[in-house]
Amino acid sequence: MSSRLLERPPGRVAVDGRTGIPIWLLLPAVAGVLLLTVPLAALAWRADWANFLPLVTSDSALAALRLSLVTAGVSTLLCVAAGIPLAVVLARSTGRGMRIVRALVLIPLVLPPVVSGLALLYAFGRRGPLGEHLGTLGIQVAFSTAAVVLAQVFVSLPFFVLTLEGALRTHGIRFDRVAATLGASPTVILARVTLPLVLPGLVTATVLAFARALGEFGATLTFAGNLSGVTRTLPLEIYLQRESDAPAAVALSLVLVAAALCLALTAYRPAARS
Amino acid sequence: MPPTSALFEATSRRAIGTAVAAAVALGTGLSGCSGPAAAESRGVLLTVSAAASLGTAFTDLAAEFERTHPRVDVALNVGGSSELAAQIVEGAPADVFAAASDATMTTVVDAGLAASEPRTFARNTLAIAVAPGNPHGVDGLADLSDHSPDDRSLTVVACAPAVPCGAVATTAASAAGISLALASEELSVTDVLAKVISGEADAGLVYRTDIAAAGDVVDGVWLPQSDATTTAYPIVALTAEADDPASRAAAQWIDFVTGPTGQATLHRLEFGAP
Repeated sequence: MSSRLLERPPGRVAVDGRTGIPIWLLLPAVAGVLLLTVPLAALAWRADWANFLPLVTSDSALAALRLSLVTAGVSTLLCVAAGIPLAVVLARSTGRGMRIVRALVLIPLVLPPVVSGLALLYAFGRRGPLGEHLGTLGIQVAFSTAAVVLAQVFVSLPFFVLTLEGALRTHGIRFDRVAATLGASPTVILARVTLPLVLPGLVTATVLAFARALGEFGATLTFAGNLSGVTRTLPLEIYLQRESDAPAAVALSLVLVAAALCLALTAYRPAARS
Repeated sequence: MPPTSALFEATSRRAIGTAVAAAVALGTGLSGCSGPAAAESRGVLLTVSAAASLGTAFTDLAAEFERTHPRVDVALNVGGSSELAAQIVEGAPADVFAAASDATMTTVVDAGLAASEPRTFARNTLAIAVAPGNPHGVDGLADLSDHSPDDRSLTVVACAPAVPCGAVATTAASAAGISLALASEELSVTDVLAKVISGEADAGLVYRTDIAAAGDVVDGVWLPQSDATTTAYPIVALTAEADDPASRAAAQWIDFVTGPTGQATLHRLEFGAP
């Protein structure tokens, strides 16, 4: 019944039996698309477009935007620095313990961010084992921008590692072996063969890490605090503004939606090609 | 949910049985738990949206109210006042709204959703939460100033000015002629208290009742009661239909809270008299 309904308007749906997709799949698929896009459209519908620019360029909005871009940028660099070695080790090692290491590394991916925030608090807080030692060195992590970066790296590093490890595994080690037989050292192989081969995967991983860092909310709120220009990133600013100034919250949300759209387009193009 | 409210209004068991049968026959899909169960007890569901700081008081009062009004089930929706006000304005179902500030109540009244004039039923006073034993010897707002007399550098947190508790803190500070040096502007009293309990902050500006409810994990430094340090709790019914059991229950609930039992419970939890 549903297939007939969908077939009837000529030329509207370019799916038929020959593509191998059962046509009834379209109904739940369209429902899924609507579920994901209608709320975002509603957000845009609510927006005060006439005042959009003043709303997103207020002092507090700009402070939050700047802080978000800087912290997410730094977090992404740290993810790249730690994530490439970690992904390579995980993809290329065959040790039995690697499964456990991988599971541990991926925990923050499936953990509610507020739990990540609590964990960070108990490690780096003033009474935490690490925070106490840093405190004696005069370094105060809590309520600082460093805490924001720490929270962002904690939640986005697993995204980076998972994505890059997947790319490394897909490409296998054929070319690495060839390079090795030609006398290349492991470092040269990594830099000139392995990483260039997975460059699209590396880009995707980096973009995903940046996106996750940009959207970080729960762990930041729990661990880093909330002060304009220091720890109040864009998501925290939106959460605060939604109570007192809903139009500003909507406008800033749309900025993040636009950023997410750009990031998603960038992240998934190379992945689709490979 | 038209079928459910129809159930509540039905008076005879036979009418309910017919309604259920009709609903099932029509395939409107009454859920198993709300339909027949509600029909069995013929209960009235009273939804009370209350400010977060009223959580303990209203939980106790709801149990007592349900004991004396066996047909009524009180469903408490506890959260930040501004958030609850926003939910109600957006159409969230609620029969009673109890806010932690007149400003948030105004939002609901201005939207034309209040069934009567709001009544003030309690007051709360700003207080300073410190670690047990008050290790830093805080004894007033002046100690939290960025120019405190003996120049101790305390880590102080409070609510953001956009949140009711933050508005009170800001008013109190300016009335005392000091500017607060805040490490973080949190989004709720609970967040402020959590920072003091975890030891991240040396002092936090919260309500007297929050410190009383927290037990011995924090100590309180009471501030003198004045207009600048005190906030009023208004309550209002949101539905007023003479033959609607929920409306009747809403009026009874407000009488109960403003009556001797309600006032005694609130007093025990350190709320001030209206």
